[in-house]
Amino acid sequence: MNLGLGGLFWVVLQRDLMVAMRRWSDICNPVIFFVLVVALFPLALNPRAEFLRALAPGVLWIAALLAALLSLNQLFRADIEDGTMEQLLTLPYPLGLVILAKTLAHWLVTGLPVVVVAPMLAITYHLPADAIGILLLSLLIGTPTLSLLGSIGAALTAGLRQSGVLLALMVGPLMLPVLMLGARATDIALSGDDPTGPLYLLGALLALALSLAPPAAAMAIRISAD
Amino acid sequence: MSEFFAMGGYAKYVWSSFGVTAIVLILNLLAARRQLRQTRERLQLRLVRQSGRKVNT
Amino acid sequence: MWTWFFQLASPPHFYRMAASLVPWLLWPALLLILVGAWGGLVLAPADYQQGEGYRIIYVHVPSSYLSMMVYVTMAVAAGIGLIWRIKLAHAVAASCAPVGATFTAAALITGMLWGKPMWGTYWQWEPRLTSELILLFLYFGYMSLRSAFNDLNQSDRASAVLALAGVVNVPIIHFSVLWWAGLHQGPSISKIDAPSIAFAMLWPLLVMILGFTLFFLGILAMRVRGEVLEREFHSRWAQDVLRGVSRVEAA
Repeated sequence: MNLGLGGLFWVVLQRDLMVAMRRWSDICNPVIFFVLVVALFPLALNPRAEFLRALAPGVLWIAALLAALLSLNQLFRADIEDGTMEQLLTLPYPLGLVILAKTLAHWLVTGLPVVVVAPMLAITYHLPADAIGILLLSLLIGTPTLSLLGSIGAALTAGLRQSGVLLALMVGPLMLPVLMLGARATDIALSGDDPTGPLYLLGALLALALSLAPPAAAMAIRISAD
Repeated sequence: MSEFFAMGGYAKYVWSSFGVTAIVLILNLLAARRQLRQTRERLQLRLVRQSGRKVNT
Repeated sequence: MWTWFFQLASPPHFYRMAASLVPWLLWPALLLILVGAWGGLVLAPADYQQGEGYRIIYVHVPSSYLSMMVYVTMAVAAGIGLIWRIKLAHAVAASCAPVGATFTAAALITGMLWGKPMWGTYWQWEPRLTSELILLFLYFGYMSLRSAFNDLNQSDRASAVLALAGVVNVPIIHFSVLWWAGLHQGPSISKIDAPSIAFAMLWPLLVMILGFTLFFLGILAMRVRGEVLEREFHSRWAQDVLRGVSRVEAA
């Protein structure tokens, strides 16, 4: 079989999506966790509308970050355990491309659902419509960056037995700029100002992560597979 | 002299900062020495075990 | 010049040389730190705004400088180790982390102790302390990844990737923290920054920074010896050293 680079990308993407479709819990769990975390705050703190509104950008972004962190564990684990990764390592293609396809599939399965339900949760926090739009946009640009950063950590810990907390500890600090920019963009929109600045910066981080994270994760996978 | 130690009313903060830093420096020194010594002892033990095994086989 | 370089990079040579280097680094470091502390605590005049309280600068700034310098050193060493597969470089990177983490903690604690008299509170979410806190997390992540592996070679290479990812992130974190803090208009840190600092106040600071740097290099030399020995365990010279029959050890 002779595949171009784009063809390889599609094959890996389709395969990963199909595998994910067979395990619905992998798709549902991060979203359910996201909703749970968002629901904790009004219960623990105070359900007053204006208070929740001020809280909303930060809470929704923190919950999205936690959901991303928790879902990372599964990114490469199954492939390493069933030997798929070894096959992929021997392919005469750049491994970074395979990693990128896998990360995209992972984001489509775990990140995108979070982005989709976020506006509904924002309504329960009494966020006005234009701020919800910015929240949606910032999550749409920001969460793929989180997945890309996470792919490095997931690749580094893919060979380890227990990696949950370790993974969060490693990757969490790297994700902080995305969190600050995303939450702040929404916050700025909430106060009626122009949030394009932080959104551009979020875009720049996405571009940077797109170009640097897949090769780094590829290097990490080779180390883990040794 | 007591004026010097009083640090213009900031004694608590100035001296505890210098104290903490001194502790960090000393701990680094002790930890580095301990690390070198322990590494050497551990490797020596491993070496003894290894050569013992070679003799047995 | 290159033969010198390769000799330096040869583990047995380094192991021997580092041992003789340690006193030459640590004694001058002690001297410089004592002179710097004397200059900072006694000779330097009191600040017209902060009175005697500003003297914390003489321990806070060298610590925070080291905390960042050590991280960059660690990442550069890790990168060299990863690309050219030099064990010595990995040994340097592994040795940097605990030292850097403790100086980050020192910078945080002294920063808080400085904050109390100046801001009236130990903690402000201002850019300098916040960046330092995130840096501490980066060190912790690196160290816990290292300890998660059983195989030293794997641990070296995996942590090197993380160190490189971290060092790319350090400027991004720095600027996003600055931007984020600017929005909140917290207390100005320009008081601490002291743009035009008098020479009588400046020289003890520079002496301290130099002393801390030499101290770090001395500690690094000590730690790298252990790490090199561990990585070279299977080689002849290391086993000779461990048996105590080595000329390397005698030096």
